Amino acid sequence: MKYLDEYRDGDIAAKLVERIRRVQTKPWVIMEVCGGQTHSIVKNGIDHLLPKGVELVHGPGCPVCVTPLEMIDKAHAIARRPDVVFCSFGDMLRVPGSNGDLFSIKSQGGDVRVVYSPIDCLKIAKANPDRQIVFFAIGFETTAPANAMLAWQARATGMTNVSLLVSHVLVPPAIEAILSSPQNRVQGFLGPGHVCAVVGYREYEPLAGRFHVPIVVTGFEPLDILEGVLMVIEQLEQGRAEVENQYSRVLDRGGNRPAQDLIGKVFEVSDRKWRGVGNIPGSGFQLRDEFREFDAEHRFSVETIDTMEPPVCIAGQILQGIKKPHDCPAFGTECTPQHPLGATMVSAEGACAAYYAYGRHLTDADLVTIGANGK
Amino acid sequence: MSTKVDESEQQELAQPFGSCPLPIFDHPQIVLGHGSGGKLSAELIEKVFVSRFRNPTLEKMDDQAVLDVGGVRLAFTTDSFVVTPIFFPGGDIGALAVNGTVNDLAVGGAKPLYLAAAFILEEGLPAADLARVVDSMAIAAQNAGVQLVTGDTKVVNRGKGDKVFITTTGIGHMNRATELSADRARPGDKILLSGFIGDHGITILSQREGLEFEGAPESDCAALHGLVAAILDEAEAAGDLRSVRVMRDPTRGGVATVLNEIAQRSRAGMILRESEIPVRETVRGACELLGLDPLYVANEGKLVAVVAPQIADRVLSAMQQHTLGTDGRIIGEVVEQPSGMVLMRTFVGGTRVVDVLFGEQLPRIC
Repeated sequence: MKYLDEYRDGDIAAKLVERIRRVQTKPWVIMEVCGGQTHSIVKNGIDHLLPKGVELVHGPGCPVCVTPLEMIDKAHAIARRPDVVFCSFGDMLRVPGSNGDLFSIKSQGGDVRVVYSPIDCLKIAKANPDRQIVFFAIGFETTAPANAMLAWQARATGMTNVSLLVSHVLVPPAIEAILSSPQNRVQGFLGPGHVCAVVGYREYEPLAGRFHVPIVVTGFEPLDILEGVLMVIEQLEQGRAEVENQYSRVLDRGGNRPAQDLIGKVFEVSDRKWRGVGNIPGSGFQLRDEFREFDAEHRFSVETIDTMEPPVCIAGQILQGIKKPHDCPAFGTECTPQHPLGATMVSAEGACAAYYAYGRHLTDADLVTIGANGK
Repeated sequence: MSTKVDESEQQELAQPFGSCPLPIFDHPQIVLGHGSGGKLSAELIEKVFVSRFRNPTLEKMDDQAVLDVGGVRLAFTTDSFVVTPIFFPGGDIGALAVNGTVNDLAVGGAKPLYLAAAFILEEGLPAADLARVVDSMAIAAQNAGVQLVTGDTKVVNRGKGDKVFITTTGIGHMNRATELSADRARPGDKILLSGFIGDHGITILSQREGLEFEGAPESDCAALHGLVAAILDEAEAAGDLRSVRVMRDPTRGGVATVLNEIAQRSRAGMILRESEIPVRETVRGACELLGLDPLYVANEGKLVAVVAPQIADRVLSAMQQHTLGTDGRIIGEVVEQPSGMVLMRTFVGGTRVVDVLFGEQLPRIC
């Protein structure tokens, strides 16, 4: 397939791995920021191709994982209302709140629908004028333009039965929080390709300078990731700390200006709580005052809900690259995709769920066997 | 709405059924994932159904029951069809209902003979639509060489059904000395797949969601009895009928789910080669866009066969000479370890586990 097969070629992958081997002289810890990258790495077995001294740790870029439990409980309280059609991206449906998930709310009679685009909510709203359509507007900068477009069009067409439950987060403040932590191990980053396609990568330049870390904005296909790793290691070995763009076929330094304009008109930066991490100042979006009437929290005046995370769960440390899924005693035993205890086990992009789905819950003995059979 | 009320409601709903001594089914309600073909479906079948009806035939858990009736071996199966929309490119619910049951008989090695069909019709269904569905069933039955010999019709209130639900039940004659079963895969066996995967599932999804793709896919809905006969004829000609170990049609849950079932039942492992698994460009594009994996997407006219190595090449060429198997390939091998698991060698040379999904495959956010 054009633009896909070219980036999955086994021979080129082997050459890139060989170049990484030649360049790398010291051990390095590199974080891929995006959940999509984590998924691709584990799905394609890329981390097993890398030399031992190159460790990939998985970042906080899984939007479903970092949506705080309080917000999920609010979503569930709204979705249970008989007058509401609750619309969401698909992978949010299985995320457990304090009391079940959206699938179970659906089975109890709640009207919960999966949409592929937030704009689909406008069609649903027109077809159901006597009901309230609520969209769970989560995600990073990537989904912000489409989510902003929903609010924008709802206001422009005077729709009174559409609102957004907003839980938007931003990547640069999360990177800053990781690098500022005394426990930080990360020495270089694969930057988030899709996020930068929207907002560009200017914002990452001060981070690279201030913390002296290389950041290579990277795509999602196997060869993208291998090339991104190579570019980060070249910088680390040469003592450089710059922002470079591996994903130039998709984005440039400035990003998508019309999308940025729309985001700026609808959203403003606000403090946000991240599941498993805590509050990060200036790390999210909320609707501007002009769009307040489209804020579902305001419209349904849902009370703040107190929640408790299971104490065994180390999702917060996994999201910051301090620990890996294997370091958790509950991984694959008490905590599985059937019964997730925490954020990183719930979405396919979460590090724990990706590890589990692709067999990383197996013992070392199993893995040795897999390696032997695979080669 | 206060959360207190929710909690008490939830607790009430979470009570297990009565004082039932059978395994507790830990879902207070049925969720859609119970129909996905994944782990949730398996749990429902085991804890609710098999535990209550337990008998040796049922416990084999093949797609059809093989019964000895007065010295004659018969295959017996049933399947319900609830697809939306009822008409789609490449087929409709009627063709699906006939072919699905024919295929469940055929993959067990039976010659499909007779079908029963039960219809649940929703009040308001256009009679012309029903006639179109039934015409399509008649054509499919004729093509598959089966007769529809009995049936039933019920009508439910508007909103209590979805246009038309069809259940078909079939009987076939086990007219060859086959020994096909999901527990017969052995290390060294080859895994054959008859063609492109995911066509049906992606067709239905794109119709349902109003997604438009360039070169839109069509459902692969087809009766597999001819392809199965071609494979068994070839094995018979080689004097090695027992070397065809197991055949399955990878419908709901896709190729990945079927192979996992075989690996688990046979207590063997499997190694697939991603580069050998045929996926059409449109289907791959749609899957990339929607964050789905074609290995888990439904097919309605594909065959997976596990065949002993000595006749694998002969069987493959017999498959490729049949119109439904022209794109057939050997996609992998059965191995000893890790037992009960399916592994795949990826395009870039990595290895990963191809697990059974928990419930429905969910589109990823980005």
